[in-house]
Amino acid sequence: MSDTVLELASITKEWFGVPAVSDLTLTVPRGNVVGIIGENGAGKSTLMNVIGGVTPPTRGTMRLKGEPYAPGAPRDATRSGIAFIHQELNLFTNLSITDNIFITEYPRRFGMVDHRAAMTQTQALLDRLDIRHAPETMVEDLAPGERQLVEIAKALHRDADVIIFDEPTTSLTPRETARLFDVIERLREDGRSILYISHILSDVRRLCDKVAVLRDGRLVDEGAIGDFDIARMIRAMIGRELSSLFPDRSNLPSGQVMVQVDGISQPGVVADISFQIAAGEVLGLFGLMGAGRSELARILFGLDPAEKGSLSIDGREVRGAAMQRIRDGIAFVTENRRSEGLLMDAPISENISLATIGHIGRGPVGLLDREAEQALAEQARSDLSIRASDLTRQPVRALSGGNQQKVVIAKWLAASPKLFIIDEPTRGVDVGAKYEIYALVDRLAAEGNAVLFISSELEELIGMCDRIMVMNRGEITATFDPRETEPRFEREALLAAAFGEIVT
Amino acid sequence: MSGALGLGERAYDLVLRQATVIIFAIVLLYFGFQAPLFLGPENLGNIVKQSAFIGIAAIGITFVLLTRGIDLSVGSVMYLAPLIAGFAMREYEGSVALGLMVAIGAGAVLGAINAFFIVALGILPFIVTLASLFAFRGFGAYLTSSRQFDFAPALREFGLSSVAGIPIPIIVFALVALAAHLVLRHTLFGKQVYAFGNDPEGAVKAGIPVPRIQTAVYIISGAAAGLSGFVLIAQIGRIDAGFGEGREFDVIAAAVLGGASLFGGVGTALGAVIGATLIQTVSTGLAFTGVNLYLQPILQAGIIFFAVLIDSLRQHRQKLRRRRSIRPIAT
Repeated sequence: MSDTVLELASITKEWFGVPAVSDLTLTVPRGNVVGIIGENGAGKSTLMNVIGGVTPPTRGTMRLKGEPYAPGAPRDATRSGIAFIHQELNLFTNLSITDNIFITEYPRRFGMVDHRAAMTQTQALLDRLDIRHAPETMVEDLAPGERQLVEIAKALHRDADVIIFDEPTTSLTPRETARLFDVIERLREDGRSILYISHILSDVRRLCDKVAVLRDGRLVDEGAIGDFDIARMIRAMIGRELSSLFPDRSNLPSGQVMVQVDGISQPGVVADISFQIAAGEVLGLFGLMGAGRSELARILFGLDPAEKGSLSIDGREVRGAAMQRIRDGIAFVTENRRSEGLLMDAPISENISLATIGHIGRGPVGLLDREAEQALAEQARSDLSIRASDLTRQPVRALSGGNQQKVVIAKWLAASPKLFIIDEPTRGVDVGAKYEIYALVDRLAAEGNAVLFISSELEELIGMCDRIMVMNRGEITATFDPRETEPRFEREALLAAAFGEIVT
Repeated sequence: MSGALGLGERAYDLVLRQATVIIFAIVLLYFGFQAPLFLGPENLGNIVKQSAFIGIAAIGITFVLLTRGIDLSVGSVMYLAPLIAGFAMREYEGSVALGLMVAIGAGAVLGAINAFFIVALGILPFIVTLASLFAFRGFGAYLTSSRQFDFAPALREFGLSSVAGIPIPIIVFALVALAAHLVLRHTLFGKQVYAFGNDPEGAVKAGIPVPRIQTAVYIISGAAAGLSGFVLIAQIGRIDAGFGEGREFDVIAAAVLGGASLFGGVGTALGAVIGATLIQTVSTGLAFTGVNLYLQPILQAGIIFFAVLIDSLRQHRQKLRRRRSIRPIAT
């Protein structure tokens, strides 16, 4: 246990003089699972990219198995025995498991690939991981969790000493997650070291031997898992007490139901979804990745079809395509801000007027009324304190994540909707801007709107919502209402419901 | 995962995947019913012989399509490469074998020119090969002043000969198909072509020599087009200024009809053979049954449209399936 596989000594990585990782020293013992946690932008990815050979450190040195280690490219890292299992798997779905494992270095016979030798080796790897698929199975026929195991098989094939997992469980079912943990357990017993990056702190507690917490590129806390409860992890990650992270809610939901959803079903996606949101209420929607939250949002907004069920706002049924639903008072802040929520290269003002382009378009001879557009943007800037230099010239791309999100919200505010569906609004947004977005959510509710707040970050839901609804595999498994039951939300129960375990 | 699908859906999948074979069977049965002689060995042999021209080029372009690329210049390469071979044969009083080598080599060089602009300069394949479509044909017209070019009679003798009763075009067609099959299925290069087409960025990350692969596929497509032109010229004995014009679309249609996807990563050499043969079967059949000559292009268009439609349906289907994994479907 005592010998060290990977040593990082005073690693600093700067981008244009701004440090993303500063003066970080960390040791990874053999046969250990080391949890790396931290908020978005804390430097985890940069650190992993340095280890994985994607980018060289500005200062500092690394040692791997006692030897100096300075990879120039990802290929060097692979050769030295470091495997990186990305969130987005790097597999070719049109090829077999065997082909994927051997795609850069197939065994050969007579100038051609030796399928038989490759398959025998693959079978041995699959046996080690208990994958019950033939080596010639196409990757496209595998479930997400099985695909990940193929990635692990690839790492084993290259005899990796250090395996880096980046958020490995986000697209897995609970059963697949349990299986992955079994495999990681086995890898550890096998003497391999694992760097495990995750936002799911309970997983980190369950799985890791040691935890390293990053904040603003620095290692702010480190220690054996025995000394690390979740509260300490959170404290270390955010550097202050939890309570100051969220604004106080300024209103209570009114008694009057504004949004009524009845029995929405779509085979293979969601089943029998019913809920209500009162005017002035923030209803949270929690679930693991792939639970069907965003799919439900798309159905509510009219982007995807539903076989059964209805949605009404203020007693009037809402139906038809998204365009109709926007008119009927729905706003959808999507989780993919860059690709779906904004025209990244268009100026801020044009983005803000998008949802109300029908009104702006009534200038002289049907041309766009640029002055009205500008006035709208100007108002949004002062209203939401969007930090931008020039509303009509600056492209949205040039704004920070938080300000981009404000532009999306401003766009919808202009359409004066009643129901806001907000999907992962704080993803890729730094802590300070998060607070502002939370304050905006609070304001939306205080103005009497209904808000459906979708998130995978339990803490922000707990901090902001009046009630929290939990989805698992396309169904609502539980709804928590602190006014009725416990005085506050119970994390354990919420997580259990998300994992589809029985709540007592 | 297929276990989760219903019987009806599985049947639909099967029809989509085997669409070409099913259409082929229907077409053969239909024409055979209309004119029993159509199914005679002589006619069938003729069809295969005539499909060699489009078929060889279709096998070549399959490599390009696998990498999400396109090669619009094949029709012009079919014209220019044999023309260069003709000049070489005349200049050096060379044999047919020399002509064959030069046609393939010239095709490869023309393909390499495409590859240079696409890989080294990063210009879209569509734009590059659209430009070379005009440039290659224009160069040929410049060399000949748009006049007909006559080959030595020895070439025609070769083109119309047979080995063990099998006509030369069919033999060449078969050899090309076999070679392409071996390369795609049984070499690392072939597997990397599929991998690149499936996920170009992933291929870079995995350490696959992407530029080399992309260069190679355009060279292969050019060489195949040069060879295919030469095989047909060898049967005619001369080359007109309009030779091969517009044939790029037949070639693409044959490959796509044979299951190659314009979205990359899907397609086989055997598929290209079947696709080309199907197109030829339809046009022979239409002539055989005396369908109005002017209706034939419309029916051909129908087939091409159908091929692309099937490709889109397959894609759509894959997308649906990817989404389907949230929850099991209640039965």
